[in-house]
Amino acid sequence: MLFKTFRLGGIHPESNKLASSFGTQVLPLPELVKIPMVSHIGAPSLPIVQPGDRVKVGQLVGQANGHVSANVHSSVSGTVLKIDTVVDTLGKEQTAVFIKVEGDEWDEKIDRTPDVISTCDLEIPHILNKIMNAGIVGMGGATFPTHVKLMLPQGKKAEVLLINGIECEPYLTCDHRLMLERGEQILVGVSILMKALGVNRAIIGIEKNKKDAIINLKKHLKAFNGIEITTLKNKYPQGGEKQLIEALTNKQVPHGGLPIDVGCVVQNIATVHAIYEAVQKNKPLIERIVTVTGKSVKSHGNYWVRIGVPLSFVAEQTGGVPEDTGKIIVGGPMMGRALSSLDSVASKGTAGLLYIQNEKARAKEEGNCIRCTQCITDCPMGLEPYLLKSQVDMSLWTEMEESRVMDCIECGCCDYCCPSNKTLLSAIKQGKQEVGKIIRDRNK
Amino acid sequence: MPQLNKLHVSPSPHVHSGDTVVSKMGTVIIALLPAYLVGLYYFGLGALIVSGVAIVSCLIIEFFIQKFVLKQKSTITDGSALLTGLLLGMNLPSNIPAWMVVVGAIVAIGVAKMSFGGLGRNIFNPALVGRVFMLISFPAKMTLWPAPMPLNMHYLDAETAATALSISKEFSVHAVDNWDLFIGNAGGSIGEVSALALLFGLVILLIRKVIRWHIPVSILSTVFIMAAIFHFASPDHFPTTPLFHLLSGGLMLGAIFMATDYSTSPMTSVGMLIYGVSIGVITLLIRYFGIYPEGISFAILIMNGVTPLINKYVKPKRYWEGSKK
Repeated sequence: MLFKTFRLGGIHPESNKLASSFGTQVLPLPELVKIPMVSHIGAPSLPIVQPGDRVKVGQLVGQANGHVSANVHSSVSGTVLKIDTVVDTLGKEQTAVFIKVEGDEWDEKIDRTPDVISTCDLEIPHILNKIMNAGIVGMGGATFPTHVKLMLPQGKKAEVLLINGIECEPYLTCDHRLMLERGEQILVGVSILMKALGVNRAIIGIEKNKKDAIINLKKHLKAFNGIEITTLKNKYPQGGEKQLIEALTNKQVPHGGLPIDVGCVVQNIATVHAIYEAVQKNKPLIERIVTVTGKSVKSHGNYWVRIGVPLSFVAEQTGGVPEDTGKIIVGGPMMGRALSSLDSVASKGTAGLLYIQNEKARAKEEGNCIRCTQCITDCPMGLEPYLLKSQVDMSLWTEMEESRVMDCIECGCCDYCCPSNKTLLSAIKQGKQEVGKIIRDRNK
Repeated sequence: MPQLNKLHVSPSPHVHSGDTVVSKMGTVIIALLPAYLVGLYYFGLGALIVSGVAIVSCLIIEFFIQKFVLKQKSTITDGSALLTGLLLGMNLPSNIPAWMVVVGAIVAIGVAKMSFGGLGRNIFNPALVGRVFMLISFPAKMTLWPAPMPLNMHYLDAETAATALSISKEFSVHAVDNWDLFIGNAGGSIGEVSALALLFGLVILLIRKVIRWHIPVSILSTVFIMAAIFHFASPDHFPTTPLFHLLSGGLMLGAIFMATDYSTSPMTSVGMLIYGVSIGVITLLIRYFGIYPEGISFAILIMNGVTPLINKYVKPKRYWEGSKK
C-alpha cells in the first residue's frame, strides 16, 4: 500500500523510538519548582504572586502580558519562596516563580477523576476563553499560544482541522504514548476544536510506524463525526506544519503565507489533549509527557512531568545520566537544544531529555563543500543550503533574501546529509536573523 | 553521574547520516572497477603501468602541493586524488609513455584542481583537463590505441590498430561488431571499451545514490536520439547507427563517470538536464563535423565552463511552486 507524504526533500534518520513501549509514569514531586514565566513564544507573563503566598496546583501565578502571551499556573501546591531567574534551555536567564512544594493540593475547580467527558455544550467564545485561561501553547515544540492561533484573521475561514500526530523527531515517544493512553480524550479534544473553528472535518495524520496508536484511535472513532485518520509514510520533517498540510491535503502554503491561507489549522496531538483537559476538566496546562531516552540509557521512559521541575531532578528520578554521556539534548536530535547544564527546568515545550554518547557528541571536522547536491535534494523547502552558506560567509544579505532564506524551517536535513560535515543550518539561521532585520527595517 | 561540566554544546541537528566524502569517493571507485578490470584484461601490462603511474603521480603531486606550496593539511586520504588518477589512467591508451602520463597528472591535479582551491572548488574536471592537455600536446601518441589482446605483456611495444570511431570517421563504415563494443573487445582507452561494465558501474552509482540519473541518461539519450535522426534522415551522409554511437568511443565513460563529477556539474535536476543534453549535442557535432574522431571530452569541458551560469539561473523547484491557487 502506498502511503501519502510530502513531495520535496526529506530524510529518513534512524527512528530510535527506544522508549515507545514504556507506558507513562508519574514523576514524583521535587522539593522546589521554578515555574518559568516564558514557556511560550511571545511576551513573558507577569508574576502575580508574592513571596510567602500559599498556592494550589492549577492556581494562576503568571498573567499573560499582551496579545501573544500565555497564562502560567502553579504546577504544585506550596509556598512561594521568591521571584528570581532561572536559566532556560537556550542558556538565557528568565524570570521564574520559585515554589517550595508542600503536599499536593489541587484547585477544587479541577476535575481529577479519570472519567472521560465527551459532550461539550459550551458556546464558542466560552471554549476559546477556557483555552486562553488555561495557558495552552503549541506543545510540538513551537510553543505558540494556542488561543492566538485559533483566532483567525478577518475574512479567513477554516475548512479543515489538521492534527499532528507525526512525531517525526527520532527518539521522542511522548505523543505516541499519549495517543495510546489518552485516545478517547484526544478525539474529544479534536471535536471541541472543530466546534471552536466551525469546521466539520478534521484529519489526524500519523506515520505508519505508530500502527498501535492508529488502531487505538480508530477504535474510538465511531462515536465521532467528521474525524478521519490518515496513515502517512515515515519521513522527516513530516511534522513540520507546511509538510504536514501538503501530506494530508495536497495543498501548499504560499510563500510568506499562513496555513489558514489554504484553509487549514494545524494542532499538535499533545496540545489537543491539553485542550480537552482545559475545557472538560478545568485543568490548566501544568504538566506534560517528557521522554527520557538515549542509546546508553538502561531504563527508557515517558514521564508526566510538572512544568517547572528542574531537569536535574528529572534525570535523577529516571535513573540518572548515563556514564558515557557527552551531550544532553532537550527535545529531539534534529531540532532539540544541547544543554550546557541541567540547571534549567521542564517547560511547556519540553518533549524529551535525550542523552547522546560521548563519541557521537562532538562535531566532526568540516571539509570543503564537494557540491554533491545532497542538501538541495533533501531540503523540504526547495532551497539551496550550500549556496546560502556561502552567501552568509560573504555577508551577501540581499542575495540571501532572493535565495528565499526566510523560507527555511530549520529542520536540519541539510546538516544531517552533508558528507563534508558543514554546519549549514547554523549559518542559515544567522542569515535569517540578518535578513529578518533588513526586512523589518524596510517595512518600518 | 558523569561530569556535567564537560557537556558538549552545539547547535542542532545532533545526528548525522554517516555519509562522508570518503564513502562517496569510495563508491565511485568501486563502481569504476568493473570497467577498469575489463581494461586490464584486454590491454594487459600496459594498462596496469599507465593507470598505476597516473594514480601514484596524482597522489604524490597533491601531497607535495599541499605540503610545500599551499602549506595546508593534506587531504589525499579523502579519495579524490586517487579517483582523479584512476579516471585519468582509464582515459589514456595503454601504450603511452609513462612520462607523458606524469605530465598529464601534473596538469590535472596541479593546474585543474589545486590552483582553484582543491576539492570542490575546481571549475573543470581535473582528469579531463589532464587528458585534453595530453591530447593537444602529444596528438600522435594520444590517438594511437593498441588492439585488444587478452592478458598480454606488452607496453610501449603493443600492436596498435585504428578504433571503431576513427575508422567510421574516415571510411564511413562499421569496422567493429556492436557486440564487441558492448563487452569491450575493441581498441580504445583503457577504461572506455566495455559499455557493459560501465553500465554496471552506473547501476552501482544510482543504487548507492552517489549520483542522480539526470546527467548520464540525458547525455546518452540525446546522443542516441540525435544520431537516429541524422542516420535515418540521410543514411548516405551519416552511415553510423545510433547504437554504434552509444557504444563506441568514450561516451559511456564520459557520461557516467566524467560528466557527473560533483563540483563541475550543475546542482539542480533541470540544470543537470540542460547540461546533459548540451553535452550530448556537442559530442555528436564533434563526431560528425569536427577534426577529432571523439568529442565527449571537449563537450564535457565546454559544459563545465557553462555550469556556474546554469547554477546561477536554474533554481531548484521551491516548496510553494506547486501550490494551486
